[in-house]
Amino acid sequence: MTASLRIINGRVYDPANGIDGEIKELCIKDAKIVDSVDDDASVINAHGMVIMPGGIDIHCHIAGPKVNMARKLQPEDKRHDPHPATPFTRSGTGGSVPSTFATGYRYATLGYTTAFDAAVPPLAARHVLEEFHDTPVIDKGYYVVLGNNVFMHQLIKEGRKEELKHAIAWWLNASKGYTPKIVNPGGDEPWKGKKNSNVHDIDEKDTVFEISPRDIIDAFIDVANELGLPHPPHLHCNNLGHSGNFETTIETMKTAGDRRLHIAHIQFHSYAGKLGENPLSAGREIVEYVNAHPNISTDVGQVMFGKSTVMTADAPSAYLTRGYTHSKWINADTENESGCGIAPYTYQEHVYTNALQWAIGLEIFLLSKDPWRIVFSTDSPNGASFTSYPKLVKLLMDKSYRDEEISRVNQRAMNKSILREIDREYSLYEIAIITRAGPARCLGLKNKGHLGIGADADITIYDDQEDKELMFNAPRYVIKSGHAVIADFEFTTDYYGKTLHIQPEFDQSIEDSIRPFFDDYYSVRFDNYAVTDYYLHDHEYIPTKQDAL
Amino acid sequence: MALILKLHTQPDVPLEADCICPDKFAQLSLQQVEQLPVFHGNRQVALGDFFHCSGDNDGHIQIEGDISKLKHIGSMMSFGSIRISGSVGVHTGAAMSGGEIIIEGDADDWLGPEMLGGRIVVKGNAGHMVGSGYRGSTVGMQGGEILVLGNVKNETGHVMRRGLIAVNGNAGDFTGVNMLAGNIFVFGEMGIRTGAGMKRGSIVSQTEPQMLPTFSYACRYRPVFLTHYLSYLVESGFSIDPDMTRGEFERWCGDSVELNRGEILFYTGK
Repeated sequence: MTASLRIINGRVYDPANGIDGEIKELCIKDAKIVDSVDDDASVINAHGMVIMPGGIDIHCHIAGPKVNMARKLQPEDKRHDPHPATPFTRSGTGGSVPSTFATGYRYATLGYTTAFDAAVPPLAARHVLEEFHDTPVIDKGYYVVLGNNVFMHQLIKEGRKEELKHAIAWWLNASKGYTPKIVNPGGDEPWKGKKNSNVHDIDEKDTVFEISPRDIIDAFIDVANELGLPHPPHLHCNNLGHSGNFETTIETMKTAGDRRLHIAHIQFHSYAGKLGENPLSAGREIVEYVNAHPNISTDVGQVMFGKSTVMTADAPSAYLTRGYTHSKWINADTENESGCGIAPYTYQEHVYTNALQWAIGLEIFLLSKDPWRIVFSTDSPNGASFTSYPKLVKLLMDKSYRDEEISRVNQRAMNKSILREIDREYSLYEIAIITRAGPARCLGLKNKGHLGIGADADITIYDDQEDKELMFNAPRYVIKSGHAVIADFEFTTDYYGKTLHIQPEFDQSIEDSIRPFFDDYYSVRFDNYAVTDYYLHDHEYIPTKQDAL
Repeated sequence: MALILKLHTQPDVPLEADCICPDKFAQLSLQQVEQLPVFHGNRQVALGDFFHCSGDNDGHIQIEGDISKLKHIGSMMSFGSIRISGSVGVHTGAAMSGGEIIIEGDADDWLGPEMLGGRIVVKGNAGHMVGSGYRGSTVGMQGGEILVLGNVKNETGHVMRRGLIAVNGNAGDFTGVNMLAGNIFVFGEMGIRTGAGMKRGSIVSQTEPQMLPTFSYACRYRPVFLTHYLSYLVESGFSIDPDMTRGEFERWCGDSVELNRGEILFYTGK
């Protein structure tokens, strides 16, 4: 129960309800938005301010073993960026991969109230939930890496579709995940088996199970549809980072036909050119396909200059990065479920490839015709840490600033890009779509990303400033579940958000097939594997369409 | 005349005293200097709780008493001088970019890590990690000089990129480990694995070090440039065999697991 609150005189941007900068009163009671509150409710006068729903990060990496390894790998990244405690909040460390507490507070200070970790192998689920428990303010969820699960590959190979459906549902339940994540489908087993081995084409059958990435993607999309998942399979395509990979990406999207599919960090999959040579931009080709196919949603995965950390379940791509940095990296194997690679990386303005990556991301944003489906992300911390979001907002909203930045980066790359010719500037309404309403719709979150009656009271109030970077860097108020966590730019209380997960139904008899596989191949016993509800702490379960039937 | 800090109370636990630095003292009165914050364990207290302060605040600091429990003295300093009459604790002169620190006694571990410029002279011994990079850093010392008249311990000049470290006595293991460039001189014995992973730079030794198998013999010659270094070190108080100035050195290249552009030079006699 929270005190009731009334926000008056603010300009409201609530795209899900078609509200574009109207002065509107918002009433909050019991962590929800309501139509009216009693006269004794406390009042925030938001005169001259901009009100938006709390930000939603659809794709980031914020918790679990891989994130923790990245923290431990780079003490030099954290040493100069301590995150001091305040009377209400706990201390932590920053850098491109902040500690759990700093992650929550820093998201809050950007006006974000929800974030989804994009890649968690089921074996890591307990660790992730424990870290979520220590990640303050924001609501959290995660996608479960199932696309390279050995058991599922066997089912796909043998054409046991019904069992695959039950197995995926079982695994989503066992790990408390939000949707299946598919990373470089088919690439893990070859990579683990033989040096530098990978799949390079969507129709190339891997040597272990003799199934192609297309078979895997197709099977997962079918299952997600049958289970009625709120968010479609979250797909990290094959050939990430390779020149000429846009053809793979388009083939992947074609595989979906008219079925729903989410392509993650599409910027990293939009490169033309010849394999092994410098990339060229295929931003236009990619965005045209997405524009024309309403079943596809995507997040951009923008690259921003500066320190980042490559952190992925796609171990071969981390190996590729390591080839450029010649520095420390981590390669890990999550037995039957996934691989993992971590490599510190710095994107530099003067480097052709980095500048082109930056330009391709912006091209995709600026050529997008449907902001509801091409949403905001930097694949934090892969393209850039989430703390660079305000700068990215400014790049999208301010053409003259963009031109200034274009003049500072590698000109050879800029000559290969159409970025200079694009005049589009995002409006605040569109920014509210790509950072709030759009991700909420892609994720099937009915109570988030909007400010209508019944929505979660996750609200950000910014001072309306000319400089959009300053504006989005420091909201004056952040209200999370009805609590004014930040008021007048200062933390006023500590608050811990909840875990969002799904519980699709499955046939119990699938356990009879899974159990022997565990006995034979897993390091964990079947009965100890599933995560119990105890680890969820405060949580909310998001219904699947199956539940509505 | 310098500003004199006289220890009147020995701290029970290490004292984080990064405020003892000419940059931080600049423009302050003696009373204000005594009120500067220091961390005694996890509690913030005033510098005056441990030191009497007297003299002129003219950019030169003289510290009297046993301050081997004081950490981070002269850290980030860019000008002036600090003269320490006894021994000093860890992280002395960390990331300093100018000025001079003179230590009459011994220095503890992490002397001048990630130093950018300036000069540190230790009349006694120093600990581990002299002029090195902090854990995780790819670059350590980037300029300036550290002269130790006694011995040092392990990992001297770890990932150093530029500058001079000279040791009149012995050095521990891993001298110049992963160094990128710069010069390290040791006039005593060195421990094992000298220059492991070095990319460029020179390690000069008076005695033959135990050479790693990834180093290869290049030649035997009389390096002219050494004459200048050696006479400079003698001026700075080093006691060096005078024959060494014109003596013959063996040159070994390494480390071949890295760039193989580094060198180890050792004196072979007249």
